[in-house]
Amino acid sequence: MRQIAIYGKGGIGKSTTTQNTVAGLASLGKKVMIVGCDPKADSTRLMLHAKAQATVMDLVRERGTVEDLELDDVLKTGYGDVRCVESGGPEPGVGCAGRGVITAINFLEENGAYTPDLDFVFYDVLGDVVCGGFAMPIRENKAEEIYIVVSGEMMAMYAANNIAKGILKYATSGKVRLGGLICNSRNTDKEAELIEALAAKLGTQMIHFVPRDNQVQRAELRRMTVIEYSPDHQQATEYRELARKISENKMLVVPNPLTMDELEDLLMEFGIIDADDENVGKAEAAVSS
Amino acid sequence: MSEAIKKVEGITKESTQEMIDKVLEVYPEKGRKKRAPHLAPNDQTTGSACVKSNRKTVPGVMSARGCAFAGAKGVVWGPIRDMVHISHGPVGCGWYSWGTRRNLMSGINGVTNFAMQFTSDFQEKDIVYGGDKKLKACLEEARGLFPLAKGISVLSECPVGLIGDDINAVAKQSAKDLDIPIIPCNCEGFRGVSQSLGHHISNDTIRDFIIETREFTEPATPYDVALIGDYNIGGDVWSVKPLLEEIGLNVKATWTGDGELDKIAATHQVKLNIIHCYRSMNYMCKVMEEKYGIPWMELNFFGPTKITASLRRLGEYFGDEIKEKVEKAIAKYEPIMQAVLDEYRPRLEGKKVMLYVGGLRPRHTIGAYEDLGMICVGSGYEFAHGDDYDRTSVEMPDATVVYDDASEFELEQFAHKLRPDLVGSGIKEKYLFQKMGIPFRQMHSWDYSGPYHAYMGFPIFARDIDMAVNSPTWKLVESPF
Repeated sequence: MRQIAIYGKGGIGKSTTTQNTVAGLASLGKKVMIVGCDPKADSTRLMLHAKAQATVMDLVRERGTVEDLELDDVLKTGYGDVRCVESGGPEPGVGCAGRGVITAINFLEENGAYTPDLDFVFYDVLGDVVCGGFAMPIRENKAEEIYIVVSGEMMAMYAANNIAKGILKYATSGKVRLGGLICNSRNTDKEAELIEALAAKLGTQMIHFVPRDNQVQRAELRRMTVIEYSPDHQQATEYRELARKISENKMLVVPNPLTMDELEDLLMEFGIIDADDENVGKAEAAVSS
Repeated sequence: MSEAIKKVEGITKESTQEMIDKVLEVYPEKGRKKRAPHLAPNDQTTGSACVKSNRKTVPGVMSARGCAFAGAKGVVWGPIRDMVHISHGPVGCGWYSWGTRRNLMSGINGVTNFAMQFTSDFQEKDIVYGGDKKLKACLEEARGLFPLAKGISVLSECPVGLIGDDINAVAKQSAKDLDIPIIPCNCEGFRGVSQSLGHHISNDTIRDFIIETREFTEPATPYDVALIGDYNIGGDVWSVKPLLEEIGLNVKATWTGDGELDKIAATHQVKLNIIHCYRSMNYMCKVMEEKYGIPWMELNFFGPTKITASLRRLGEYFGDEIKEKVEKAIAKYEPIMQAVLDEYRPRLEGKKVMLYVGGLRPRHTIGAYEDLGMICVGSGYEFAHGDDYDRTSVEMPDATVVYDDASEFELEQFAHKLRPDLVGSGIKEKYLFQKMGIPFRQMHSWDYSGPYHAYMGFPIFARDIDMAVNSPTWKLVESPF
């Protein structure tokens, strides 16, 4: 069983990418489970064709304690026989979502959700690694393989680099390794080259460049992955390709995070920050002084 | 205060320092460097602290300290009798801190006092989803079940601070909805280095939510005082209060032993604050001094010598009318005290005592032992600050050892060297010393005896000390010395 965690900046498309990739793996005949580690609980919507399956934490709240739960209550089967579970958690601003992730994963372990017939377990984790709870999926004996979803936008790359720092921390004490960057294109300038270069600096690979296509949107509105909604569409082929590459990936590395300066130099090198831009702001400063 | 320099035979600065150095030798270098400034021979002449204090405990030394929650619930809030005190968080912190200092109180449990254990009993789901809704329900329940309670305190345990629950907002809204004062106290255990910060936070909470919210109903008199920092351990408040009343003072409020919310809230109207435990309540004394111009005085009511001195200070402060009553009281109790001394002093003369407690005891009780002819050969506090050690310096004999946040190992080694006839410390130390064959009194709660305060308390103190030191049991224990 390979356990894989997907991280990346908030809104970058982690859940969409994860579910499409998992659908791709399912179409390759793999047995997969998705564990949604996000209180929004939207990591399995495209597999189950419905949002808000009963999450682990919601049921804990309803019934009182974790001990009152059965695995069947929270583990649902979706497209391609993919098993789906959501940790769930509080509304923004109250409680501790991180603890919810820990509680949910402990519950899954203790109740035998990790059956030997599974080829893959995917953890779809909220935004940055904000606290210990969101690092739960990469603790010992859990995910040892991480993919970061990124785009050519500055802040997405910044977040990716930050996540690489987190992986470095866990890699030194455990077996966690970075499997690669998944570029979820935003059609920025020289995007593929930029992410290739970032990957090279980090010591990893851009495992796949997923082009931007509105077909993803169309499928999502129908609560489906592209692979299920339009298996013959070019975008479906892209996701199947990504799934194949992950399935065959042997390049697992301890990343080499960049400094902020190095990251900016990278953007400069690819002409994203023009040399002319150096003077922007200085003129204004001169006027105001 | 000019005190004669007290010497103990066989104890010099050098001998004490040598004893300390020997203890420090065992520590690894880093620990030794950290512990060294917390152990020193007393210099009685300077009247200032000889040790460093209020620092983070060195990991691994087996400290006897508590946490901020313990300081808030166990010390300051717990004794207030007409309030419901909710330990907000998982059940253990509240349960195991319930009644450890007994919190003796008047009234009827459930009607006019609420010496029960209330907790919001956090479960996993309360951590994940937040405990604010549960707190709201808890407050409603408490209000419904105990409609005669004058107020409710909400005392935060660690998880509440970790998940960032806004207990202040819940308290504010529920206070309005339920029409009762609800006091949120952010005393999470992980804050600060000891229980001391819990006292401070609680004082600040009293300042922000309680003081000046009530007025005394009876007309004011020039002799209105409040008793601050007396937690009625073993009934101490009940022995000091009548004595103060006997000398003509009106004790309007007691903080917080057998305390009442309305009276605490009106304390800004008194003329003088008499403080016992300086460490835990000096903050509010200073607030009342600055804001309402109320002077305060730290007084010691342990043993006839200190009681007499304290009463005379009050006489000096309040003038002739009180002075006269003070002298009358002293004359009245002197023969009673003399009878106590005549009985116990011959059996205790020259016996040595080592103290390691908290609050006021490491300095305030020294005089009482000395009245009994005993010698204090070592003293220290779990959670004191520099100003406590300043005040301790003059009370202790010169060159005796002072230890701050002492470890079990240090105390054990000092006892081997000093061979005390009595150790007065906490429950965690009790069995260590008893197994060493040394008589012991658990002096955090007077070993479930008391009161020890004032004229009423001294005969009990003398009896207990005699009972411990001269118990025939110790002859049956083989001393390791």
